[in-house]
Amino acid sequence: MNAPAGDISGRLSPALRTEALEQLLVERELIDPAVMDKFITTYERDVGPLNGAKVVARAWTDPEYREWLLRDGTAAIKDMGYGGPQGEHMVVVEQTDDVHHVVVCTLCSCYPWPILGLPPSWYKDPAYRAGIVRTPRRVLREMGLDVPEGKDIQVWDSSAEVRYLVLPQRPAGTDGWDAEALAGIVTRDAMVGVAEVSAP
Amino acid sequence: MDSIADMGGTQGWGPAQVPTDEPPFAEPWEGRSFAITVLTMGRISGRNLDAFRHALGRLHPVDYLVDGYYGRWLNAAELMLTDSRILAPGAVDARARRNLGEDVPEPAFPEPDRPDYKPTAAGSLREVEQAPAFAVGDVVRTKDLHPEGPTKLPAYVRRRSGTVTAIRPAHVLPDTHAVFEGENAQHVYTVGFASTELWGADAEPFTLHVDLFESYLEPQ
Repeated sequence: MNAPAGDISGRLSPALRTEALEQLLVERELIDPAVMDKFITTYERDVGPLNGAKVVARAWTDPEYREWLLRDGTAAIKDMGYGGPQGEHMVVVEQTDDVHHVVVCTLCSCYPWPILGLPPSWYKDPAYRAGIVRTPRRVLREMGLDVPEGKDIQVWDSSAEVRYLVLPQRPAGTDGWDAEALAGIVTRDAMVGVAEVSAP
Repeated sequence: MDSIADMGGTQGWGPAQVPTDEPPFAEPWEGRSFAITVLTMGRISGRNLDAFRHALGRLHPVDYLVDGYYGRWLNAAELMLTDSRILAPGAVDARARRNLGEDVPEPAFPEPDRPDYKPTAAGSLREVEQAPAFAVGDVVRTKDLHPEGPTKLPAYVRRRSGTVTAIRPAHVLPDTHAVFEGENAQHVYTVGFASTELWGADAEPFTLHVDLFESYLEPQ
């Protein structure tokens, strides 16, 4: 951050400032670049929406698991091995023929990291954070999802430590698919509620 | 405080982005900024995530917006590091300019003055002995709160009536926790508001659910 706060004219790029900050913290022995590399790789490779997709696919193929997931999301998700920071208390809401759920964090960009990874650009964008709690039908249409008139919309603003996962509807044409195949078609966007899952 | 971070319902941002496939970090510096922030937070504050969120909210609106998401993380990390005197004001700027070949002096490392803080347990969830003041189905009203410090009561639901739709586990209260004044765990409720209560009679029909701490609410 430049001094004075808010200065635009003399501003250095965030890439240059990040490099400088890293150097200073290494000199103060507060950070280890090798640990940073490992941490970054974890979030690039291991923590992502495939975790959530596996949860959804299991719920689609195992009615008891689905019931557990909706009743106690934290425990049912932990059963798949996912939990921890930004997923301490999970609530799962289910898309139906009559109700469409969509999740936002208007105050920051809180997001269930353990099962969806780090939030995508659109989720962090002011247009989404500001608009989805005011004109959700319009915002979803801008993003490519038409929610039929008459379908009830429920918006969840995760302003505290509860994190929400949307359980999408299983698409037609997937009868007989196993959980692994189903997980392959579940998208991040559907698990936040800005898209539906469709069979290829 | 009413900060730039409290965006719910504000207008003028243009249309929402159409989702695309994207990597977690668009550029290498974004991953570095993310890792620096998460890995140093505990060194500053005993991993007080609320203090970090409050640092984001304390940024000048330009600093919040102009460098994007991981840019605001960088700016908030620098603010916290400067607050706790791990870095001197201007140190990052000076180092970056020297890296560019400019002949500018660098401030000396100051004597750190970290907040005296330790969490009472891991994470944010806590047990609260007192029974919840509200039950599912209760009609409640959000108070007319305008604190100078942090709050998790979004401005767009202030002074509005809604219905408790769920009682969640008690959490530490960010209002005091973020400024190192204690965890003060409270019950948290999901409160559902009719869109017309928030945006007037012509609003799109929908229900807005938001998670609110007990002290933000009063009986209707």
